Amino acid sequence: MSEACSVILVPSTSHAIRAEKVLQRAGIACKMIPVPRHISSDCGVCVRVWRADADAARRALEAAGLEIEGICDA
Amino acid sequence: MIYFDNAATSWPKPPEVAEAMMHFLRDVGANPGRSGHRTAVESGRIVYAAREAVCELVNAPDPLRVAFTANVTVALNMALWGLLRPGEHVITSSMEHNSVMRPLRALERKGVQLTVVRCSAEGLLNPADVEGAIRPNTRMIVLNHASNVAGTILPVREAGRIARAHNLFLLVDAAQTAGAYPIDVGADHIDLLAFTGHKSLLGPMGTGGLVVGPRVDVSQMEPLICGGTGSRSEREEQPDFLPDMLESGTPNAVGIAGLEAGIRWVLGRGVDAIRAHEMALAQRAIDGLRAIPGVTVYGPLDAARQTATVSFNIAGMEPSEAGLRLDEEHGILCRVGLHCAPAAHKTLGTFPVGTVRFGMGVFNTADEVDAAVAAVANLAREARR
Repeated sequence: MSEACSVILVPSTSHAIRAEKVLQRAGIACKMIPVPRHISSDCGVCVRVWRADADAARRALEAAGLEIEGICDA
Repeated sequence: MIYFDNAATSWPKPPEVAEAMMHFLRDVGANPGRSGHRTAVESGRIVYAAREAVCELVNAPDPLRVAFTANVTVALNMALWGLLRPGEHVITSSMEHNSVMRPLRALERKGVQLTVVRCSAEGLLNPADVEGAIRPNTRMIVLNHASNVAGTILPVREAGRIARAHNLFLLVDAAQTAGAYPIDVGADHIDLLAFTGHKSLLGPMGTGGLVVGPRVDVSQMEPLICGGTGSRSEREEQPDFLPDMLESGTPNAVGIAGLEAGIRWVLGRGVDAIRAHEMALAQRAIDGLRAIPGVTVYGPLDAARQTATVSFNIAGMEPSEAGLRLDEEHGILCRVGLHCAPAAHKTLGTFPVGTVRFGMGVFNTADEVDAAVAAVANLAREARR
């Protein structure tokens, strides 16, 4: 999972854990990772998905009412 | 030894609670919500699992709207100081613990208007009296779900309907009920539920929290404590989202791990089954104590209308002496005095002397109740001489 990945930025670690649960339930592969320094200065974690799954991930999270701060290419 | 002080803190705890805490200390250890390494994430997952357990217990929809605190007092203060402004009006009952009464009296000095609705001598609250106290500037109703003195259950669901009809917040102090009595924040119309972890949820001390319902716009809520949250670290302002805005500083993650295990134990046993067991103990204690000449039992005297907390006095014997002798001569551990609830004792007519309180819990038995009743009969006989 190093090439062609996206990271989903969320407000907090709690949100990231919730996001991970929502994505797993939707059958979307994901992994919680520290926020890459070049994307944000935040010290928290984000959720990495395959870039091809990014739109599906966004839809699943929005359907669950989860706040997303952004989805970027990793 | 008979432990009858569960209204102060429950004991013993299920073995799973200590095991979860040992696992956290030995194998996890990291700070939840800080860092992104594997044990920090695992720590975060443990805390999140506890949020889910709380939601399951009280039928709350969103684990992210469960903020953990050090105890129920902190949670109550967060809700009261966070939402009430000078010039606004708040309604409470005369059966409150000082965890509600003291912050309300302090807010009163800051210009918040307070009405304390009088309960009956059994501690019962008439919901119509709450509705009658509503003013145009009323913002909130805050109620003790059950009295820590006499166990009296207050009509939270009816108060919730009234709060909803008048567009007020309902804040419930569930210190004595969470884990021992069914709570459904949706059906009960509870907007803010403050709970403690170390009583009927069977977790360790130093745990508690606030469940914030969907009607509460957190942008209108002032955080009581600001500080590091592990999120939005580039900003010097407090985050404006839950749970972080109410969870500054490193949380008691080891305690929360134990709390999750306690709640899972309660869910496994079932709140209804726990309630049935405790009701049977309460009625046995009430009936046994009332039959003793010279003993006065306070509260509704009906287990269906109270928790397994039973307050009484022995004629001719101070509560402090009764408590000491129950401990030293009979190995019965209970609590005497005013129980941090002077308003409730004034309502029951037991101020300033206080009462002897038997706080029974899920691990107590009918045999223990019988032994305690026999011990009280003994003391009452001596006091009559």
